[in-house]
Amino acid sequence: MRYLPLTDADRQQMLGVIGAKSIDDLYRDVPKGALLKDLIDLPRVQSEIDVHRHMQRLAEKNTPAGRTAFFLGAGAYRHHVPASVDHLIQRSEFLTAYTPYQPEIAQGTLQALYEFQSQVAMLLDMEVANASMYDGSTACAEAAMMAARVTKRKKIVFSGGVHPHYIDTARTACEALGLEIVALPAAVDDEAAVTKALGADVAAVIVQSPNVFGTISDLTGIGEAARGAGALMVATFTECVSFGLIEPAGAYGADIVCGEGQSIGNALNFGGPYVGLFATKEKYIRQMPGRVAGETVDADGQRGFVLTLSTREQHIRREKATSNICTNSGLCQLAWTIHMTLLGEQGLKRLAQLNHEKAVALAEALAKVKGVEVLTKRFFNEIAIRVPGNAREINATLATQGVIGGVAMSRLAPKAGMDDVLIACATEMNADADIAVYADALKKVIA
Amino acid sequence: MKSETTSGNRGLLQAEPLIFESGHATGTGVDLPAPKGGKGKLGGLERKAALDLPGFSEPETMRHFVRLSQKNYAIDLGLFPLGSCTMKHNPRLNERVARFEGFADLHPLQPASTIQGALELMDELAHWLCTLTGMPAVALSPKAGAHGEMCGMLAIKAALEARGEGDKRKRVLVPSSAHGTNPATAVAAGFIVDEIKGDNDGRVDLADVTAKLGPDVAAIMMTNPNTCGLFERDIKAIADAVHEAGGYFYCDGANYNAIVGKVRPGDLGVDAMHINLHKTFSTPHGGGGPGAGPTVLSAALAPFAPVPHIVKRPPPHAGEVLSEAKGRGTSAPATPPSVARDARDTSPAGGGGYELREHTDGTQAFGRMCAFHGQMGMFTRALTYMMSHGSDGLRQVAEDAVLNANYLLARLKPHFSAPFGDGPCMHEALLDDSSIKPKGVETIDMAKALLDEGYHPFTTYFPLVVHGAMLIEPTETEPKRELDRFADVMISLASRVNAGDVEFFKQAPKLAPMRRLDETRAARQPRLRWRRGQNDTGEKVAAE
Repeated sequence: MRYLPLTDADRQQMLGVIGAKSIDDLYRDVPKGALLKDLIDLPRVQSEIDVHRHMQRLAEKNTPAGRTAFFLGAGAYRHHVPASVDHLIQRSEFLTAYTPYQPEIAQGTLQALYEFQSQVAMLLDMEVANASMYDGSTACAEAAMMAARVTKRKKIVFSGGVHPHYIDTARTACEALGLEIVALPAAVDDEAAVTKALGADVAAVIVQSPNVFGTISDLTGIGEAARGAGALMVATFTECVSFGLIEPAGAYGADIVCGEGQSIGNALNFGGPYVGLFATKEKYIRQMPGRVAGETVDADGQRGFVLTLSTREQHIRREKATSNICTNSGLCQLAWTIHMTLLGEQGLKRLAQLNHEKAVALAEALAKVKGVEVLTKRFFNEIAIRVPGNAREINATLATQGVIGGVAMSRLAPKAGMDDVLIACATEMNADADIAVYADALKKVIA
Repeated sequence: MKSETTSGNRGLLQAEPLIFESGHATGTGVDLPAPKGGKGKLGGLERKAALDLPGFSEPETMRHFVRLSQKNYAIDLGLFPLGSCTMKHNPRLNERVARFEGFADLHPLQPASTIQGALELMDELAHWLCTLTGMPAVALSPKAGAHGEMCGMLAIKAALEARGEGDKRKRVLVPSSAHGTNPATAVAAGFIVDEIKGDNDGRVDLADVTAKLGPDVAAIMMTNPNTCGLFERDIKAIADAVHEAGGYFYCDGANYNAIVGKVRPGDLGVDAMHINLHKTFSTPHGGGGPGAGPTVLSAALAPFAPVPHIVKRPPPHAGEVLSEAKGRGTSAPATPPSVARDARDTSPAGGGGYELREHTDGTQAFGRMCAFHGQMGMFTRALTYMMSHGSDGLRQVAEDAVLNANYLLARLKPHFSAPFGDGPCMHEALLDDSSIKPKGVETIDMAKALLDEGYHPFTTYFPLVVHGAMLIEPTETEPKRELDRFADVMISLASRVNAGDVEFFKQAPKLAPMRRLDETRAARQPRLRWRRGQNDTGEKVAAE
C-alpha cells in the first residue's frame, strides 16, 4: 500500500522488540468477539489511476457552475480566486501543519492569523476579530450565544432578512441551551419590525446587511434602539466583498459582526469548507468564542505571536468554556488572507464596484421582462425578484436551458409564503452576455 | 533585540514584517477591468469607514507567504508525534480530486439535477462510514469533531424528548480523561456534566460509572481508544449498564484510527460517534482546520439526524417514485431519514436519483447544524483516501499505527516513566515526567528541547489525569528508521537529564525560529491586531 512505509520484515522485527507474538496480541484489550477476524466487506486497495478514474466519473455527473449562465448566491458566491492563492495554501508547511500550539515552530501560521484578524477587523470596522469559525451560519449561532452570555438574557430576535438557514442553525444551537429564538416574518426590509421587537428581555437583535434578499440597510436606528433596550446588535452577512463598497456594520456600532468569508479566497465547494468571520468590541473579548492569536515577545525580546486568551477555550476551561469549538477553518482562513493581501484596498474596492455594476445590469435586464418585478431597492450584488408563478418550478425549467437563475425563496423557507420570489446574484464572473441569456430565457419560460 | 545579521535574516530564514508594515493601500496583485461608473443602487450607504488594507503584487505576495511558511513545522518535514491529533501523511491525490471542477465549482443550492454526482459521492462516503463502523446511519453535516459531538448529543436529547424524558434526564457522565470538547459540548447542549473517575489502569472505572447511573442520566461520553491511548476493556459492560439505566452511549471517535477495520464501534454498543475525517481519513490539518465530523448514529438515534437528508429515489421502473411533493411521508423510504443512509441498502441509485430534504417538517430531525451540507471538500478527500486503501489497507492503517506506537513505547519505557506501560497501548504511547522532574526537567522543557532537535514535540500535559503527560502518536505513515531516529533523540535527552544538564533544557529552544515566547504577557496585555501608529513594543491596545 503506497502510503504505508513499514515492510513485513520491519513489522516482524518491531513485534520482537515489543515482545508481542502478533499484531492481534496488541489488541488483546478488545472484548472477546469484537475483534474482527475477517476484512470488512468493502472494496480492496486501489491504484491511484483507478481511484482517480472513479472520482472523475462522479465529478462528471455534476454540472459545474462555470458551465452555465450562473446567478446563484444566497450564502455562497462564485468569485475569481487568483491562482497564486491555491498554490500558496498547498505549501506543505501550511497544508500539513497542526494548530500552532508550539509557537516557536509555528510562526508562519501565527503571523498569518494575526494578519487575518487585523484584516477582518479593518474590513468590518470592528476592534478585534478571532481566528475564524466553521462558516457564517455557525459564527452567527455563536454570536447569539455570546450575546446571551454578555447580557444574561435569553431572547434572541432575528430580522426577517436573515438567511433562513442561518436562523435554523442558530435555533438548533440556542434552543438546546434554553434560549428563545424569535424569528420575524421574512421581509425584504424590516427595520420597523426589528425595532418593535426589542424589549427588556432581549439579549440581541440579529440583522443581516446585505440581507438574504440583497437589501442593504442603514443600521443606525436599530443600533440605537438596541442600545436603549440594553440588547446587543449583532450583524451578520453572507457576502463579505460588499464591504469594499458599502458601510460595514461596525460603523453603525454593532457589538458583534459575523458572517461568511467564503467569497474571498475560497471556491464554492458545494457548501464547505468555508470560513466564518467573527469580530467584536474589545470589552467583550473574554466572552468571544474560538481561537485568537496575539502578539508577544520571545526570550530574546523578538516580536512573535502565540495563541492567547485560551482560558476561554474548551481545552483549558472544559465545561465552562465560551464555546466547544476546537478545529476551525485554518486553511480557508489562510486563503482569505492571501487573497485579501493580493486585492488590497484598491483591488477590493474595484472588485466590489464590478459586482455592484453587474447586479445593477442584471436588475435592469430582469425588470424589463414582462411580469417580473424587482423587489430589492438598495442592493450590492444580489436582488430578489417576483416572478409570475412558482419560482422553484421556473428555476428548474431554466436549469434545463443551462441557466442557473437563482434560488427560490421557498427552497430556503417553505413556509414564508414567498413561492413567487427568486433570489438572484451577479458577480464579476458573469459576462454581460450571460445576463442577456438569462433575461431571454426567463421571458420564454414565463410566456 | 540586536540581530546577529544586518538584514535580520538567518541564512535561509528570512525576517518578514507584517503586511501592514511593508505594504501600502495603493498596491494590488489583481488586474480587474475598470468599473464603468454608472448610477448605483446603494441608496447612499457607501462605505465611509477607512479600509487602509495593504495590497501586494503577486511576486511580493508569494514571497511574503513562502517566507512565513518556512517558519512552520509540518508533517512533510518530519515526524509529528502529537498525541490525540493523528498527524499522518496527507496523500496528494486527495488534493487533486477535491479540486476537480465538478466538485469545487458546485454551488450548494444548485438544482438537484445538476448535482447528482456530488450526492452520489456523499452517499458512497456514508456507505463506507456506516459499513466500517457497523452503524446504520450517519449525519454528514457536522464541520469538525466538536460539531459532531454536538450533533450526537442533540440527537440524544431529541430521542429523550421523544420518549418524554427530556426534562428528567439532564446528567451526562464524562470521564476526567476526556477531551475538553466533551464537557464543553455537553453543557452547550443543555446538559449537566458529572465527572467520572479513572481506575489505576488508565481506564474508566466501571464501578464509578455504575454508581453514578440513575434515572436522571442522559448519556455517557467516552473516548475509545481513550486519551491515554488505551482500549477501554470494560466498554461493552459500560454500554450495557448505561443502556440498562435508560441512557445513551456517545463515543468520541477522535482515536478511531487505531481500530478502523479491526473493531466496529457498532459492536460495542455505541449510539453515536463522530469521526474526525481530518484524523482517521487524513484530510489535511491545515494549521488548525478545516476538519469534518460526520457522526454515525444507532438505529435508536437515526430518526433524529439533522437536515439535510439525502433521499435516494428508486428507479422509475421499480414501481414507486418517492415524491415528497405528492405527499409521500418521510417514513416511506427503506432508508432511515438521515444524511444518512442505511448501510443495508447498498444498491446504486440506478435509474432513480438523489434529492436533498432540507427542512425538518414532517420528520423527527432535531434541526440543522450549518447552512449547507457539510464539508464537501473533506468528503472528496476522505472518500479518495478510503478507496485508495480499501478495507485491507484501512485495517493495515490501524495495525501499523498501533505497531508504531508500541514500538516507541517499548524503546522509550526503559528511559522514561510510562504510567500504563505494562500492557500494550493502541495508537499512542503515554509517558510522564515523573522520572525526570526530580532532576529539574519537566515535560515542557523536554518538548522545547525537541524543537532544537528538529521535531515537533508530543502532546504536552494531556490527558489531564496524568501529571506531566507526554503523549506520543507516531501514526502509521512513519517508516521504522524515523521511529528509531526519534527514539534515539529522546533517549539522548533522557541521558542529558541524568547528567544534570538542566540549563540546556531551560534555555531551549535555541535553534528554532524563535526562543520561548512569553504567553503570560500575550494574555495579560492582549494585542490581537495591527493598528497604524502602533510600534514594535507598542502600547496595549486591547483590554478586558
